[in-house]
Amino acid sequence: MIRHLLSAADLDADNATLVLDTAAEMANLAGREVKKLPTLRGRTVVNLFYEDSTRTRISFEAAAKRLSADVINFSAKGSSVSKGESLKDTALTLQAMGADAVVIRHSASGAPHRLATWVDGSVLNAGDGTHEHPTQALLDAYTMRARLGRLDGLAVAIVGDVLHSRVARSNVLLLHTLGARVTLVGPPTLLPVGVDAWPAKTSYDLDAVLPDADVVMMLRVQRERMDDAYFPSVREYSRRYGLDAVRMRKLPEHAIVMHPGPMNRGMEISPDVADSPRSPIVEQVANGVSVRMAVLYLLLGGQHK
Amino acid sequence: MTTYLIKGAAIVDGSATDLLIRDGVVAAVGRDATGRGAEVIDADGLVALPGLVDLHTHLREPGREDAETVESGSRAAALGGYTAVCAMANTDPVADTAGVVEQVYRLGRAAGLVDVQPIGAVTVGLAGERLAELGAMATSAARVRIFSDDGHCVADPRLMRRALEYVKAFDGIVAQHAEEPRLTVGAQMHEGDVSARLGLTGWPAVAEEAIIARDALLAEHVGSRLHICHVSTAGSVEILRWAKQRGIRVTAEVTPHHLLLTDTRAESYDPVFKVNPPLRPSADVAALRAALAEGVIDVVATDHAPHAVEDKECEWGYARPGMLGLETALSVVRSVGLSWDAIATRLSRVPARIGGLTEHGQDPAPGVPANLTLVDPAATWTVDPAALASRSRNTPYAGMTLPARVVATFLRGSPTVLDGKAVR
Repeated sequence: MIRHLLSAADLDADNATLVLDTAAEMANLAGREVKKLPTLRGRTVVNLFYEDSTRTRISFEAAAKRLSADVINFSAKGSSVSKGESLKDTALTLQAMGADAVVIRHSASGAPHRLATWVDGSVLNAGDGTHEHPTQALLDAYTMRARLGRLDGLAVAIVGDVLHSRVARSNVLLLHTLGARVTLVGPPTLLPVGVDAWPAKTSYDLDAVLPDADVVMMLRVQRERMDDAYFPSVREYSRRYGLDAVRMRKLPEHAIVMHPGPMNRGMEISPDVADSPRSPIVEQVANGVSVRMAVLYLLLGGQHK
Repeated sequence: MTTYLIKGAAIVDGSATDLLIRDGVVAAVGRDATGRGAEVIDADGLVALPGLVDLHTHLREPGREDAETVESGSRAAALGGYTAVCAMANTDPVADTAGVVEQVYRLGRAAGLVDVQPIGAVTVGLAGERLAELGAMATSAARVRIFSDDGHCVADPRLMRRALEYVKAFDGIVAQHAEEPRLTVGAQMHEGDVSARLGLTGWPAVAEEAIIARDALLAEHVGSRLHICHVSTAGSVEILRWAKQRGIRVTAEVTPHHLLLTDTRAESYDPVFKVNPPLRPSADVAALRAALAEGVIDVVATDHAPHAVEDKECEWGYARPGMLGLETALSVVRSVGLSWDAIATRLSRVPARIGGLTEHGQDPAPGVPANLTLVDPAATWTVDPAALASRSRNTPYAGMTLPARVVATFLRGSPTVLDGKAVR
């Protein structure tokens, strides 16, 4: 197994499938009365969060605790970091404390890569800037596989602000590795220059893509993007690229609608779509814990000092 | 003053000869050159070049003496074979008054390792709002002729027009940092395949090209001299070629790093590769090399940009842009295939002419100031950041083995480097 999980590209098809299979075993544990495994007893997992993300932090914390690891939550706010400590000095501190794994969330793309050069333990990217969020992609793939029975050959449309989305980058890489066919959909302003080199198709026309999609993943679009002229207005965005009940009828019967959260209801997704049984959005949260348990288990389970 | 007899150096036409250096000038050239009591320097196998001239150096003093000083930067320059460097104006305080340019000039004289020619800011505080007192800097002891807001673009077209016009009164030249700022808000690296993958905000080539096209047309309109700093794209080369064919008085520089390195270096997220303008794809690198060979790009300038460790050992997005260049420039341009004559032209003769540095850029001949450097063309060396003379360590070439090594440098007849070591 790999030592760090910095990018979804770090996982080949075998390793990615192993993570998903292991996550399925971990999910069985959730039904038991005692939800704990002794696997990582005595190991220390640090959650190093430079961005507020209660959802992701809690998910990693629950995952580590269910594997019996000691968990240290290191939030940038109110710590030495807010007093100007550099990432390197923080890294050396965590190193001195004997962290076996550091889960890092950071607003700067590539911060996990830098961290990995300064600590001996495993580094897990829990979202870096506009780069990647590999465990989100793993839990999305897990959810698709659980709902639709396979990933190979699935048609997945990822819709919205691809340019600024770490979820989109990780999903494109992982889904491609696992044999799915990805189409990125959005206004041309929100598809990056250079997207042609990605293993995905692109389209500016959501209505044309929907009839052939097995999965539609709606990305969060920040309203402030309007101020930088990425699109003229929320209404126009919603009209052209939002998913509402009318548009959802263009999807095949079996297709599912996903969203990495947090949602802008009424912007990229209408409330009736978000709450429909075809949206495994709450399921995604539960799957997140199982997938992160699998990643921690596989990255740390084999290592002993 | 010691007299030196340099024996057996190959001058750039390839023939080996002797050079007698006395009283600050080249006193004699040829196998019959002799000097009583002269200290003999065995230059067998070495190449003698006119001392290199850098049109684009950041010496950081005043203001960031932790990153570089005029003295440490001068030492780095001498070790790199330079006898003159033009010090950019983005110091703290900014070199936008006669007082600051004279301070830098005097610090350069005091260090005495290279001629430090200050560049003056175009606008007050580099703010791009109103002209600095360009005339006062021109008539100061520093005799400023090059004006630049480098680090910032003079983005306002009307202000740029005025600057180009105004400096004609003292045969000045405006050196533009070509970057349309509205197109590079938050930019971190070249916009293309690699930036898309890495999730780093893109710096599009058009942000450079649009300003070069605009300023070439402005220079034509008002009949002024324009110099373009650190050209980095194939598109810029096309615009420069067009402008020169039209007879517009524009000159351009390229950095060694843009001739060697590509944007894929960013994949490490190591900010030692973060620079402005950013490293570009290989097609641009190829176009820049061809443009230098063709003369569309006139000179190689280092954009030597020292940064303190804490400004580079951090997240890419938080790091300051820039890389060291003075001690590696000669070897890097040699590694990309420049002949010794091309090196003399692009790193000495032409930059001296553009900068109005009349004592520099002259091939050894009786009576010319003895500003020259001796290079071992057969030597190779491995770049060790800790061994550099600069106060900073941000070289992108760490661990690389490069060809050619400076053995000795003479500034007005006095050695600043001997046996590959700075004399002080």
